[in-house]
Amino acid sequence: MAYSDKVIDHYENPRNVGSLDKTSKDVGTGMVGAPECGDVMKLQVQVNPETGVIEDAKFKTFGCGSAIASSSLATEWLKGKTVDQALEIKNTDIVNELSLPPVKIHCSVLAEDAIKAAISDYKNKQGATSAKPEAVTVQ
Amino acid sequence: MKLPIYMDSHATTRTDPRVLEAMLPYFTEYFGNASSRNHSFGWEAEQATEKSRKQIADLIGATPKEIVFTSGATESNNLALKGIAEMYAERGNHIITQVTEHKAVLDTCKHLEKNGVRVTYLPVQTNGLIDLDQLRDAITDKTILISIMYANNEIGVVQPMKEIGKIAKEKGILFHSDAVQAIGKIPVNVIQDGIDVLSLTAHKLYGPKGVGALYVQRRNPRVQITAQMDGGGHERGMRSGTLNVLGIVGLGAACEIANREMAEESKRLSFLRDKLKDKLMSSLDEVYINGTMEHHLPHNLNISFAYVEGESLLMGINDIAVSSGSACTSATLEPSYVLKALGAGDDLAHSSIRFGLSRFNTEEEVDYVANKVIDVVKKLRELSPLYEMAKEGVDLSKVVWAAH
Repeated sequence: MAYSDKVIDHYENPRNVGSLDKTSKDVGTGMVGAPECGDVMKLQVQVNPETGVIEDAKFKTFGCGSAIASSSLATEWLKGKTVDQALEIKNTDIVNELSLPPVKIHCSVLAEDAIKAAISDYKNKQGATSAKPEAVTVQ
Repeated sequence: MKLPIYMDSHATTRTDPRVLEAMLPYFTEYFGNASSRNHSFGWEAEQATEKSRKQIADLIGATPKEIVFTSGATESNNLALKGIAEMYAERGNHIITQVTEHKAVLDTCKHLEKNGVRVTYLPVQTNGLIDLDQLRDAITDKTILISIMYANNEIGVVQPMKEIGKIAKEKGILFHSDAVQAIGKIPVNVIQDGIDVLSLTAHKLYGPKGVGALYVQRRNPRVQITAQMDGGGHERGMRSGTLNVLGIVGLGAACEIANREMAEESKRLSFLRDKLKDKLMSSLDEVYINGTMEHHLPHNLNISFAYVEGESLLMGINDIAVSSGSACTSATLEPSYVLKALGAGDDLAHSSIRFGLSRFNTEEEVDYVANKVIDVVKKLRELSPLYEMAKEGVDLSKVVWAAH
């Protein structure tokens, strides 16, 4: 399979790899996918509660090169956006930016889901002070 | 050392220059049709094919008349299974095979099922081998054929051929084996192994693509096969079509070289393979070998790097040609059915890499490959949320994933 230059660039120099403090009230964490499906994305945003602006974003991804590139790109786009603007990022934007072939569209869908999950986690933390459902639960 | 490095010899091998040399005169000089009985061009071509039959037969302990030339192992497997099912239909309609066979066997069985043949697909144990008791239990008075591969193309495990052969003999059932990966790599002897019908192909043993053979035993028992292609009645009526003389010459030459050099070569290959394995396992944690190493091809290593996805690993080692069981490398988006059959879990199937060493690989290449794989796995684990969770002590099997 031939990868686009942008996918290769994100794979070789992934942006914003790492983890934020998931217990912090200002951090939203989204974890989507499953190991047996071959991809898991963890995406985190640190939001300034005053302004609603995403000041930092980090990711870790288990998945193919396109999945890594999709989540790396997502963190780049998230920084500086408000949480509401972040929710406007569509998987098709990622497909276009990275020139993903049809067989890799699910990677972009996963990235969009990860963004939504992270923002929703942040909003839940801000809203309810007690219950804070996470995308991933340990039994 | 030249890049890229080829280490995917279960897919195909480079044609040995000595094989090519043997073939060359048959393009332009001895171009005759082996069926032309009335001139020297035909005689020369026929002589060449008879020599090849002998070279193949010598490698597998058969006699030259038992070798039927085909276009490759897919055709050999089709011919064996369909030809036997058709020929022995009056005796029974049950075939026993196993789940980690090559698709050329599995899909042929699926086809036969549509035509009323009953097929039992034996599971494999976690080590990749079939359970002989399960094989015995699967046999019925309608069973006409057992088809079990000699060695697996993904995980390199070698099935207990002699024991299977013995069971088949006891019950008077024919025994076919797809021996593509074993021929020329480990000793194969159809008499000692009790194999009645055997498929092989040239391009997995340093010969050209597009030519293979089917061994069909002529006595004890005399196996009969219904032809699957109509035409000039070549190959004792079992496979019509003008013989691919130059390919056949290449197959014969490849077999002769293998016969001569296999003992030494397999020692060298298993040394290199073990070096690769030891380097990877001593430098990385949570690395798992797929398939038992106890009954294993000397040149195969199938290994899973937990928490790293196979395609992303291949992308990082793009100057090395290997295969992955990851779904992302296949058209079906399904991880390797062979690895799934071992029961290791889909996540480890996604994390697997298959190395297939060959005659042409050097120790320097093995060192380079090992170092490169170690570097990339480490890098990807830095990126892996699963590795992070595992290091934090999270039991990943207990996590409820938001699957998509």
